[in-house]
Amino acid sequence: MTPINFASLNMIWLPVLPLAVVALAAMAVLLIGVRVDDEESEGLGFLTLAALVIAFVLALGIIGQSGIAFAGAIAIDGFAAFFELSILIAAALTVLMSLDYAGQYRLPGAEYYSLLLFSVLGMMLMATANDLIVIFIGLETMSISVYVLAGMLRRDPRSNEASIKYFLLGAFSTGFLLYGIALVYAATGTIKLIAIHAALTSDMAGNPLLLLGLGLMLIGFGFKVAAAPFHMWTPDVYEGAPTPITAFMAVGVKIAAFAGFVRVFMVQLAPVSEHWTIVLWGLAALTMTVGNVLAIVQTNIKRMLAYSAIAHAGYILVAMTAGGTDAGGAILYYLLGYAFTNLGIFAIVVALERGGSANDEIADYRGLASRHPMMAAAMALFMLSLTGVPPLVGFVGKFYLFSAAVHRGFVGLAVIGMLTSAASAYYYLSVIVAMYMQEGGAVEERPARPGIVAAIAIAAIATVLIGVYPQPYMNAAENAFASALSPDESHATAMMP
Amino acid sequence: MLTAIIFLPLLGALLIMTQSDERTIWNSAFIFSLIPLGISFYMLWQFDVHSSHYQFVEQYPWIPSFGISYHLGVDGISLFLVLLTTILISISLLYSGGGDIEERAGEFCFFMLVLETGLLGALLSVDLFLFYVFWEVMLIPMYFLIGIFGHGERIYAALKFVVFTMVGSLLMLVAILYLVFSAREHLGHITFDLPMLYGLPFTQTEARWLFAAFALAFAIKVPMWPVHTWLPDAHTNAPTAGSVILAGVMLKMGTYGFLRFAIPLFPEVAVEAIPLFMALAVIGIIYGAALAMMQPDMKRLVAYSSVSHLGFVMLGLFAFNIQGFDGAIYQMLNHGISTGALFFLVGMLYLRRHTREISEFGGLWKSVPILAAIFMVVMLSSIGLPGLNGFIGEFQIMLGGYLRIKLATVFAVTGVILGALYMLWLYERVMFGPITKAVNETIADLSAREIVSMVPLVALMFFMGLYPKPLLDRIEPSALNLLSRVHVAEARLEQRRHPTALASATSNLTATQVAAAAVK
Repeated sequence: MTPINFASLNMIWLPVLPLAVVALAAMAVLLIGVRVDDEESEGLGFLTLAALVIAFVLALGIIGQSGIAFAGAIAIDGFAAFFELSILIAAALTVLMSLDYAGQYRLPGAEYYSLLLFSVLGMMLMATANDLIVIFIGLETMSISVYVLAGMLRRDPRSNEASIKYFLLGAFSTGFLLYGIALVYAATGTIKLIAIHAALTSDMAGNPLLLLGLGLMLIGFGFKVAAAPFHMWTPDVYEGAPTPITAFMAVGVKIAAFAGFVRVFMVQLAPVSEHWTIVLWGLAALTMTVGNVLAIVQTNIKRMLAYSAIAHAGYILVAMTAGGTDAGGAILYYLLGYAFTNLGIFAIVVALERGGSANDEIADYRGLASRHPMMAAAMALFMLSLTGVPPLVGFVGKFYLFSAAVHRGFVGLAVIGMLTSAASAYYYLSVIVAMYMQEGGAVEERPARPGIVAAIAIAAIATVLIGVYPQPYMNAAENAFASALSPDESHATAMMP
Repeated sequence: MLTAIIFLPLLGALLIMTQSDERTIWNSAFIFSLIPLGISFYMLWQFDVHSSHYQFVEQYPWIPSFGISYHLGVDGISLFLVLLTTILISISLLYSGGGDIEERAGEFCFFMLVLETGLLGALLSVDLFLFYVFWEVMLIPMYFLIGIFGHGERIYAALKFVVFTMVGSLLMLVAILYLVFSAREHLGHITFDLPMLYGLPFTQTEARWLFAAFALAFAIKVPMWPVHTWLPDAHTNAPTAGSVILAGVMLKMGTYGFLRFAIPLFPEVAVEAIPLFMALAVIGIIYGAALAMMQPDMKRLVAYSSVSHLGFVMLGLFAFNIQGFDGAIYQMLNHGISTGALFFLVGMLYLRRHTREISEFGGLWKSVPILAAIFMVVMLSSIGLPGLNGFIGEFQIMLGGYLRIKLATVFAVTGVILGALYMLWLYERVMFGPITKAVNETIADLSAREIVSMVPLVALMFFMGLYPKPLLDRIEPSALNLLSRVHVAEARLEQRRHPTALASATSNLTATQVAAAAVK
C-alpha cells in the first residue's frame, strides 16, 4: 500500500477523516434507507460496506504518525490506527454476514445499518480518544446504538430481553465509569490523559480520591469487556440478540472497550500500576475460571460463545496485569486474531440459521461434516484456533500474551490461564464432536449466500495466515502500542489547532 | 530434505481433499506416504555414522522478535524413530484400505497424513517453539481418528486423550516460556534454539519446577504410572491404524521428549530424580503386566502391555549409562514394531469376528495358519525371545539398570516373566486347543494385502534381533553425547554433596560457613 499524500489536506481534519466518513455514511444510509423496503436492504448493506472500506483505507494513513490533536482530546498514533483498522474489519465482516440475514428477518434496513455505522463511529472514537470525556462519548455512542441493535428482532421475546438487560446494566456501568472519571478529575484537576499521566508522576500516587476513581473506572471497563464478576449480562444478551449483532458485540465492542481500557490503564496510568495490578490479577484469574468453567455446561452455541468471550477477555487481562510493551503488543495482536476467528464462527452460526427456528443448539450441528464439509472444516479450524492449537492465530496470540506474563514474573497467573484453557478444549471440541462424530441434527439448511461465504473464507484465511506468519502483525501491534506510550511532543504541537 | 519429509504428507493430505473416489483416495494416500518413506531411507543412507551432531540441518528465521527459528535436524536418537514413523504410516494406510475403514476414506487418509506431518515435525525440530507446534499438531488428527473411526466409547476416549495431553503440554508451555526468559538473562538475547539452552545455570528450585513441568507432559505421553489412565481407553476404542500409530510412534514421543528435552536441559535434577523415576518405571512394568494378564479383551491386553514395555524404556533411560540409553532407544523401536504388529493382528481378528473377547476364540491355529504363524513370531518378539528384536533392547536395559540400581532390575525382571506369561497365555487361549465356537472354523486366513502389511514388520523383527550393529552404531554417538551432559551434572552434584578441601577453598564460602564446617 503506497502511503496516501495527506499534505494537501488540512492537518487538523486528517486524523478524524475516517471517523467523518463513517458518520456521514451513517446519516446517508438512514436518509436513503427510508425509501427502501425491509426485505430489499442488501443495497444499503453494500453502501455501508463501501463506507467501511473507504474509512479503512483512510485509517491506513494514520499508521506511523504520532501526535495529538484537538487540544489533546484525540491521539493520532499507531495505537489508534491499529484499533480503528481492527474495528473496521470486524464491522465489514459483520455487514457481510448481515446482507442476507437482515432481509430474511425483515429487519428495518435503514435503522440497522445506520446504527451499525454509528456504533462503529463510537468505537473508533474510543480507539483514538485521548481524554476521558471523549472516551465516555465514544463509549456511549457505541453502547446506545448496540442497545437498540440487540433488540432489533422486535417479535422475539429473547431479543427484547437482551436489549432491556443490556441497556439497564450498561447504563448502570456507565454510571460507574462516569463517577470514576469525575473522581479522577477531582483528584488531578484534568480530564486529559496526558495531563493525568504527568500529575501521577508527582505526589498523587496515594491519593484516595484518585484510587477510588480508578476503581470505579475499572468496574466500568470491566463491564464492557465482560470480565468476571461483571459478566452476568453477557450470556443472555448474546443469546437473544440477532446473530450478526452478537458477533459484532463479541468482537467490535470488546475491541473498542479494550482500546479505552488499555490506553487509560496500561499507558497513562502505568505510573500507579502497583495500585491496580493486584486487582487486575484477581479479575484475570476469576474471569478465565468463570468463563471456561461455565462454558463447559452450555448447550446453546451462542451462550457457549458468550462464556468463551468472557474467558478470552480473561486471557487479555493476564497481559494487562503484566504490563509493558510486549504485553501491549500481545493484546493488540490477540484482539486482531480473536476478531477473525470469532467472526468466522458467528458467520457459520448465521449461515445455519433458518427463518423461524434459530438452529443454535450445539446438538443442531450434528452430522454437519457430511452435509456441509467445507463449512464444518472451517468451523473446526476456528474452534481449534480458540482452543489454542498451533499454528493457528489463537495459539500464537495466547503464546504471546502468556509470554509477556511469564516475562514479568506472573508465572502463577500463567499457570491458571493454561489450566483453564485446557478445560476449554472440552467445550470447543464438543462442537467438533457434534459435527464430525455424531449423526442426525438439523436438516435442510438454507444454501449459504455469497456474502456469508466470503466472510467465512476471509476469516479462515486470516486465522491460518496471521498464525503461521505472525511476525509482521506482531511488529505492527508492538509499534502501535509503543507509539501510544511515547507521543512525539514536537509533532503534537504542530498539529494542535 | 527434512522439510520435504515433513510437509509432503501434508501436501498429500490437502490434495486428497479434492478427490471423491474412494479407490483413488486410498491409492494416492498410500503413494504420498511412500515418498517420505523413500526420502527417509535415503537419509539413512546418507547419515554420517560417526557424528553425534545434528545432520541435514535447515535453519531459517521464523519469528525473529522471539528468537524463534525454523530449525530442523536429525541425529542418532531421532533417525530411526523417523524411519519407524514413515514405515508404520505407510503400512497403516495399506492395511486400512483393505476393508478396515469402510466409509469416509478421504477424512481418514487426510488425518493420517496430517498426523505423519505432526509426528515427523516433532521428531525433527531443534527449536523448542517449533517442537511445541508439532507436538500439539499431532494431537488433533489422532483425536479425529479415534473420535470418528473408533469403536465403542470413542468420543469419550478421544476427549480424555486430548484433555490429558493438553493439561501436560500447556504446563510445559509455561515452563518453556520461563526457561526462555531466564535464558535471556544469561545469554543476553532471546532464543528458542535448543542447543543454546543446554547447560544454563538455574537455581535448584527453578530447575526442579521446570523439570517437573516438562516431565509431567512427557510422562503423560509415555505413559508412566500413575498418569496412564487415558491409554487403555484410547487404545481400545481407536481404529486399528490409530492404535498402531498411537502405540508405535506417539508413545515414543514421551520418551523421546525425556531424551531430547527434559534430561539434557536439566541434567542435575534428572540425576536427583533417578530413584523416583526408577520406582515409577518398575511400578509401571509390574502394574501394566499384571493388568494385562487380567484383561478379557485382546486389545486392552496389548494396551496394558504397552504400559509395561514403556516402563522398561524409562528404566533404561534413567539408568544414565550407555547400556541403558542404547537399550532404551532400541526398545523404543522394538516396541513400535512388535506392538504395532500386535495391534494389526488384533485388528485383523476383529475384522473377521467383530469381537475382541479372548473367550470367543480358540483353536484358530487350524483355521488360519498364516495368521497364527505371524502372531507367534510377533508375540515372541514382544516377549523378548533371543534372536528377535525385543531381546536386544530388554537385555541392555536390564544391564544398564543393574549397574545403576540393582533392586530396580530385580523387580523389573519379574515384569519380563509376567510378560511372557500373559502373552503365552493369550496365544494359548486364542490359537491352541479345540475350536469351541463353530464360526471360528470358517474364518478366512490373511489376504495378500494383509500379508504384505505384516511381512516388513516380521522381517524387521528378525533383522533387528540378529544384526543390531548397524542401528546401534548410529545411535551410540548421539547417546554418548547426551550421556556426557549427564555425567558432568553428576560430577557437579557429587562435588556439591562432598566438597573437597580444594573445592571449598576456591568456592566463595563465607568465613562463618567455613567455621561452621570446621566445628563439625
